[in-house]
Amino acid sequence: MSVPRYWREIPERSRLEASKCTTCGNIIYPPRARCAKCGSDSIGPYQLPERGKILTFTVIRNPPRGFEKMAPFILGIIELEDGARLTTQITDVMPREVIIGMPVEAVFRKVSEDGDSGIIQYAIKFRPVF
Amino acid sequence: MRRVAILSCGLTKVEKHWRKSLRELFGDAAKEALKDTRIPGIDALIVGNMCASDLSDQNNIGALLADYLGIIPSTAYRVEAACGSGGAAILAAYASVASGMYDFVMTGGVEKLTDGVGGDTTYSLGKAADAEYELFFGASFVSLNALIMNHYMHVYHVSREAFADLAVFMHKNGARNPYAQLPFEITRETVLNSEMIADPITLYDCAPVGDGAAVVIMCPLENAPKYSDNFVEITGVAGATDTINISSRSDLLSLNSTVVAVNKAYKMAKVTPADIDVAEIHDTFTITGALSIEDLGFSKKGKFNKLLSDGAFEPGGVVAINPSGGLKSRGHPVGATGSYQVAEVTMQLMGKAGRMQVPNAEVGLTQNIGGSGSSTYVAILRRAR
Amino acid sequence: MISVKPIIDVAISGWGSYIPMYRIAVEEIARVWGKSPKHFREELLIDEKAVAGIDEDVATISVEASKNALNRAGLNPKELGAVFVGSESKPYAVKPTGTIVAEAIGATPRVLSADMEFACKAGTECLQCCIGLVGSGMINYGLAIGADTAQGAPADPLEYSAGCGGTAFIVGRKDKEKEPVAILEGSVSYVTDTPDFWRRPKRDYPSHAEAFTGEPAYFTHITSATKLLLEELSLMSTDFKYAVFHQPNGKFPLRAAKILGFKKEQVEPGLLVPYIGNLYAGSSLTGFSAILDVAAPGDRVLLVSFGSGAGSDAFSFVVQEGVRTKRDMASKVMDYIKRKQNIDYAIYCKFRGKIVL
Repeated sequence: MSVPRYWREIPERSRLEASKCTTCGNIIYPPRARCAKCGSDSIGPYQLPERGKILTFTVIRNPPRGFEKMAPFILGIIELEDGARLTTQITDVMPREVIIGMPVEAVFRKVSEDGDSGIIQYAIKFRPVF
Repeated sequence: MRRVAILSCGLTKVEKHWRKSLRELFGDAAKEALKDTRIPGIDALIVGNMCASDLSDQNNIGALLADYLGIIPSTAYRVEAACGSGGAAILAAYASVASGMYDFVMTGGVEKLTDGVGGDTTYSLGKAADAEYELFFGASFVSLNALIMNHYMHVYHVSREAFADLAVFMHKNGARNPYAQLPFEITRETVLNSEMIADPITLYDCAPVGDGAAVVIMCPLENAPKYSDNFVEITGVAGATDTINISSRSDLLSLNSTVVAVNKAYKMAKVTPADIDVAEIHDTFTITGALSIEDLGFSKKGKFNKLLSDGAFEPGGVVAINPSGGLKSRGHPVGATGSYQVAEVTMQLMGKAGRMQVPNAEVGLTQNIGGSGSSTYVAILRRAR
Repeated sequence: MISVKPIIDVAISGWGSYIPMYRIAVEEIARVWGKSPKHFREELLIDEKAVAGIDEDVATISVEASKNALNRAGLNPKELGAVFVGSESKPYAVKPTGTIVAEAIGATPRVLSADMEFACKAGTECLQCCIGLVGSGMINYGLAIGADTAQGAPADPLEYSAGCGGTAFIVGRKDKEKEPVAILEGSVSYVTDTPDFWRRPKRDYPSHAEAFTGEPAYFTHITSATKLLLEELSLMSTDFKYAVFHQPNGKFPLRAAKILGFKKEQVEPGLLVPYIGNLYAGSSLTGFSAILDVAAPGDRVLLVSFGSGAGSDAFSFVVQEGVRTKRDMASKVMDYIKRKQNIDYAIYCKFRGKIVL
């Protein structure tokens, strides 16, 4: 991933900064220019909560380029406390211990590295609440 | 709006065509489609393709193929909607004829997935997903569908075996298809024992990687008898989208793009699911096939497996699904798949489907998905009298 | 005339730690290299060490420790005037970890940030800097972090003890802190050019001068800094409830305590190395964090770090009421120590990047 592309989305991916439609209250994440629910383009900032539960998950055993060192890793959709959902990795847990519905919390972790000379990419992942 | 016919079609076998380049493969399918049509010329070429830019270092496909086929200076351009490129090209071609703008339009798809090494191909295919919010985390096309499959099994309590049975069904059909990449039967165990790619999706839940090209030629319906004795009419065609990021779907277990597109198409063609005799649907993975069957209206939600085991989808059943073997057995040359589906249903309605022939097929449907449900293109065809 | 504390009195507003969940036992390392684990368990008092997961590094450790500290301090991160990270295993050789942390916690852009290196005392360096900046009135709050994921060379004795983890402290002004956790009485630094342990740029693993790392390095600097501080503050070992010394193993801090006239009971509550190993720049700060998790208002705590190269920073803090109200607002050191999963040497190698792909 190019440097500008990583850097531009740091607030969204590393701090869970999202948007909310000020007309109908729809939570928008990832960001969009207009609200899909009501069509309004009046969008304001919104902070996603840091807790939720696992809606679904999978274990990636054939990692894509750049993720070879990380296999096997767990990808999941988390449903946050406010109902918003996001796709991210689930960490600090073994694949066989993951259950749909498990309560999880946000943590800042390494996602990938551009080899040993490129930049390191970080973002929010989720781990089981302990 | 004029009514539109498909005069002819041509397709190559789906396989790892090491010795054929992108242009050669399309050329083979196009020449087959042009054979014996007696048309004066091609006004426009609209081609679907997803990965040529990454894997063959080739953009500007429209111009390339028009040049290669000797049909310059006709209008030519590429349509891209991930694995729905072929279906999107059909929609664009239909509109260009129906509008009165062009009379003879060649549309098709071509894909050379084997021009990429394994990692390159997977990487290119992954670009159908949300690059910043899905691919960023190491998601790939398979893993995003695995998220949906896992959720489906949890919510509807459908077993892993039921999905395996869908793959077995596809192969049973594909074994009769001379154009199929994997024309052999398999068993449940083949699926369940094959390599785990992203839990719970195994290798045999997935469409294979292959190359292919398929082409159809369209013209206004009123002119068709002049050029062919055997043609079909496109009576319904539609496209729709859904969120690209699957975590934003309002219903993770429904392909809303399929629901909206097919309902538009049914309305346009003035038919219902019960009227469909043969359907070529988009089963990239067994879960995609299951959801497609349900969202096209051929089954209630969470119940595809019941109808499958009752034989409802066999040729001669309630609706013959994927007599070609579908993406699972016929293959999935990504940007060309939508074109294959239309060519196959066309051949069914023309009575030219050979061992795959569904008896008395009058109305057929094709459903082509882009990405993990972010878009769907549906076409409904009718045998013309 | 120099002072052991700044013109404006400073306090600790918040503290927080983070320790990764994976552990490797000394038996497991010894098994691979044909050694006996006895020496490590019984003499060096190390049972197992904490290992960073494949997606963890000093930046991620620092972020979680900092968020715990911010939660306890009850602070908006934008109020931080400085973010310092002390480490000898920072993710980039050139590019500050401090900015990665500052951005992730939302402290940017009006903030001073830098990475410090002084082997295992880099964390307390950051603390000294924050004390100075707050104490001068230049900033209201400073975040000081000591964190490491240091590597021990395979088969080297240091492989048994080099652990991963870190701790963050938020320093604020005593006159503005409604619920201070602890007040600083004074601090001194004692530094000489003593090359006991080092790493040259192109090497993956550090080198050390073996026994030389004892008396001329660790013990000289720890005892000198402590004596200097006690003299300046006119205090004796008996005035302290707790004493935290840098913990490269369990033996050294207990011996330093004995030399200086401190009792085992003063040192043991902050002695974490048996469970998690030596956290390097996070070592003494994490020991102090564990003390704050249990200390009572009025307790006086001695904190003395040691960094190879070499030097020691010594601090005297008096715990305040804020420790009681703020303690439960974040996970404690013991919570992280109890959250553990043992791994074998193969997974350890994978996590620590020792396998070439």
